[in-house]
Amino acid sequence: MKQLLDCQKGDKVKITKLNATNELKERLISFGLMKGVEVEVLEQAPRKKTIEIKIGKMRIALRAEEAKLIEVQEI
Amino acid sequence: MNEKKSCPVISKHIKVALVGQPNVGKSMLINSVSNAHLQVGNFSGVTVDKTEVLFDYENHKFTVVDLPGTYAFTDYTIEERVTRDYLCAENYDIIINVVDSTNLAKNLQLTAELLTMSKRVVIALNMSDEAKKEGLEIDAKYMSELLGVSCVKVSAVTKEGIVELITTVIADFESSTYEVKLIFSEAVEEEIAKIVAYLQGHKYEAINSYRNIAINLLKNNKKTYEKLHDDPIWIELQPILIEASKHIELHHDSDDIKESFAEEYASFNRGIVAEVVKQSVQVEQKTLTEKIDNVLIHPIYGIPIFLFFMWTLFQLTFEIGAIPMDYIDAFFGWFGDAIGGTIPNDDVRSLIVDGIIAGVGAVVLFVPNIIILFIGIALLESTGYMSRVAFLLDGFFHKFGLHGQSFIPLVTGFGCSIPAYMSARILKNDRDRLLTLFIIGFMSCGARLPVYVLFAGAFFGPEMAGNILFMIYISGALLGIMAAKILKMTAFKGVDEPFVMEMPKYRLPSAKLIWHTVLTKTMMYLKKAGTFIAGASMLIWFLSNYPHNLVLQEEYAKKIESSTSETQKITLGNKLAESLLEQSYLGVIGKFSEPIFAPLGFDWKMSVALQTGLAAKEVVVSTLGVLYALGSDVDAENNSLVNAISKNIPFPSAVAFIVVIMIYLPCLAASVVFTREAGGVKYFFYLLAFTSITAYGLAFVAYNVTKMIV
Ligand SMILES: Nc1nc2c(ncn2[C@@H]2O[C@H](COP(=O)(O)OP(=O)(O)OP(=O)(O)O)[C@@H](O)[C@H]2O)c(=O)[nH]1
Ligand SMILES: [Mg+2]
Repeated sequence: MKQLLDCQKGDKVKITKLNATNELKERLISFGLMKGVEVEVLEQAPRKKTIEIKIGKMRIALRAEEAKLIEVQEI
Repeated sequence: MNEKKSCPVISKHIKVALVGQPNVGKSMLINSVSNAHLQVGNFSGVTVDKTEVLFDYENHKFTVVDLPGTYAFTDYTIEERVTRDYLCAENYDIIINVVDSTNLAKNLQLTAELLTMSKRVVIALNMSDEAKKEGLEIDAKYMSELLGVSCVKVSAVTKEGIVELITTVIADFESSTYEVKLIFSEAVEEEIAKIVAYLQGHKYEAINSYRNIAINLLKNNKKTYEKLHDDPIWIELQPILIEASKHIELHHDSDDIKESFAEEYASFNRGIVAEVVKQSVQVEQKTLTEKIDNVLIHPIYGIPIFLFFMWTLFQLTFEIGAIPMDYIDAFFGWFGDAIGGTIPNDDVRSLIVDGIIAGVGAVVLFVPNIIILFIGIALLESTGYMSRVAFLLDGFFHKFGLHGQSFIPLVTGFGCSIPAYMSARILKNDRDRLLTLFIIGFMSCGARLPVYVLFAGAFFGPEMAGNILFMIYISGALLGIMAAKILKMTAFKGVDEPFVMEMPKYRLPSAKLIWHTVLTKTMMYLKKAGTFIAGASMLIWFLSNYPHNLVLQEEYAKKIESSTSETQKITLGNKLAESLLEQSYLGVIGKFSEPIFAPLGFDWKMSVALQTGLAAKEVVVSTLGVLYALGSDVDAENNSLVNAISKNIPFPSAVAFIVVIMIYLPCLAASVVFTREAGGVKYFFYLLAFTSITAYGLAFVAYNVTKMIV
C-alpha cells in the first residue's frame, strides 16, 4: 500500500484509508482528509519531516508521522 | 407575555453566537458591525476565548459572542472546547455560522453539524469580496432554498451585506417557521425514518426535532445519548440503534460511524456547492499563494529568508527607533526642568522630577522601538506568514520536543507574554501546552526591549546595536528551545502529538488593520507607563529618598561650604547624594541583596533594578532611571541614562544583567495569567525555580566568560 509520505512533490493521489487512532482520524476528517478525497503534495520540508498538501482549495501541513498513516492510490 | 403588555416599546434583545471554522473572519465581522476591536489575524487560532460584544441596531439590542474557530464539533483543543461548551450549555437565541465563500465545501462540514442542533442558524457567506476576485459566483438565494436556512453574502472588509445580515437575523429570530433540509443518502434516510417513527410512536418529549435527535443518536453524539439513556424507551431504542449503525457502516464500508457521517456530509455539501457556486473565470494552474510559497517555504532558502526578515526587523527597530529618541529624551528633560522650576518644595520637586518624570520618561523613551516591533509582529500575524514559519520550523522544533504549532504562542510572546500564554490553548495536548507555557518567557517580550535597547546603545555603536539586539532575541529563543528539550526529557516526558495545521492563503493586510493592532498595543504600553509604572516610580523614589539622614546632610553641607574650588564642591555634592542613596530603604535592600548578585558582577543598583523588575520589565529601566538621576556621577552636559550606564556598569556585568533579564520571570501580571493557564499555583513555583536557577547559572557563566575575553 502506498502512503501519502511516499509521494513526491507535485503528485496527485486519492486517499483510500486512514490508519489513525480514532481521535486523530476525527481530526483529519474535520480537515477534510477522508476516504475518496483527492490530494496534491505541494511542498516538502527538508528530509520530508513535514509536508504540505492541498485538498480542494485548502493547504494543510502534516508531519511525516501523520502522512504515514494515510493510505493513497494513484489516479 | 406580561412584560410585553406593560412595556410595548422595549427594544428586543437578541443574543447571537458566532460560530465557524478558524480563520473565516468571525472576529473581523464583529468588528465591522460594531465598533469593537477584537484581535484579527491570518492564521487559525487567533481567538482562543469567548468575547461578548454589544451593539444596537434600530430598536434591537444585540449581544454577539465571538467564539474560537472550530473545524468540527469536537473538543480536540481547549479553544475548541470553549466553543463546544458554549454552544451546548449557554443561553443564546440564534447562531450565525460564518463561512469562507472561497472554500465553501470544507466550511459546510461544520455547518452540517450545526444544523442538527435545536438552535436556528443563519449562514454568513463571508469573504465575498475575495470570492468575486477569484471569479466565484454564489447564488445565496438558491442556497437558502436548498438548505432551508437563510444565507447572506457579506464581506467583513468591504462591509458589503452587513446590514442585510443583521436584518435577516432579526427576521429569522422573529419568524417561527424553520425547516432545515439536510438530506442524507437513502440508506441513512431509511434508518433515520425508523428512529423518528419510533420516537413519534412513543411521543418522546424534546426541544429538538425528532429528525435531529435521530441524526445525533446515529452519530453517537454524547449529549443526546446521555439524555436518552435515562429514559425508559432506551431499552427498546438501543437495539434499533445498533442495527441502524451496522447498516450505515456497511453502506460506507467503514467501521467508524463518525467517518461514515463525515462522508455523508461531504457528499451532501458537494451537491450544494455544485448547485450554487459558479466558477466564471478560468482558474490559473497555480494560485498566487502557491507561487509565493515556492519561495518562502523553499526547503533550502525558507529558513534563511525567515532569519533575514527577523534581522531586518531588529535592525529597523534600533535604527528607526533611535531617531525620535533624542527628541523624547530632550522633551522629558525640558519638561522636568520646567515643572521643577514651579515647585518650591524640595521634596515634592524631587518626587515629581526625579521620581515620576524620570521613571516614566525612561519607559516612554522606547515607544518608537516598541511600535516598530509591534508592526513587525502584526505583519507576521496578518499576512499568513506565521503558519509558514511554523511549517518551516516544525522539523527543528520537533527535535527539541516542541510542537510546530508552539511557534504561534512563542511568536506572540515577543510582543507580550500574557496573550502568548492564552494562545497556547491552540495546543491540544496538556503536556505540549505546559511545555510551551514554560518557555514562552524565554521569548523576550516588548517590555524587555527597552532594557536591551538601553544596554545595546550604551555599549555598542549604532552600526552594531541592531545586530546585538537581533543576537539577544535569537539567543533567548535558542535558550528557550534548549530549555524545552531539557524539560521534555525530564518533567514532560511523553509521546509526540500529531501536527496537522491549515496554511491560510496570503493576504495583504489593510493599513487600517495594522494601524489598529499596533495602536491598541501601543496605547496599552503607554497606559501602563502612565499608571503602573508611574506608581512604581513613585514608590521607588520614596524608597530611595527615605529615611532622611540629617546628620549626613549637615556634615556634607559644612564640607561643601568650606571647600574652595567649584570642582571640589561638585564632587562633594555627588558624594553626598551617593551616601544618601546608600542608606535609603532601597539602598539597604540593595546592599542586603548585593552579596547574592555579587558573583554576577552586579552593584546594588542593578540588584535592586532586577528585583523591582519582577513587577514589570519596564520598571527595570525606570528604576535605573531614578537611581541614576538621584545618584552621583552624572555630569552636567550629558545626563542621559545611556551615558550613566556606560560609565557606571562594567561590560561583563552588563552582559550578565542582560542574560538575567532575558530569562527570569516576565512580570507580575504575566505570572498570574501563567498560573491560571497552567492550572495550579504549583506550576508557578516550578516556573519561578526553573527560571531563577537558569537565569542565575547562565548569567554567572556569561559574566566570567566575558571577563576572560574582554
Ligand atoms: N478579503 C477578506 N478578508 C477577510 C474578510 N474577513 C476576514 N478577512 C481576513 O481573514 C483573516 C481572519 O480573520 P479573523 O477575523 O481573525 O478570523 P476568525 O474567524 O476570527 O479566526 P479565529 O479567531 O482564528 O477562529 C484576517 O486576515 C482577515 O483580515 C473578508 O470579508 N474579506
Ligand atoms: Mg477570531
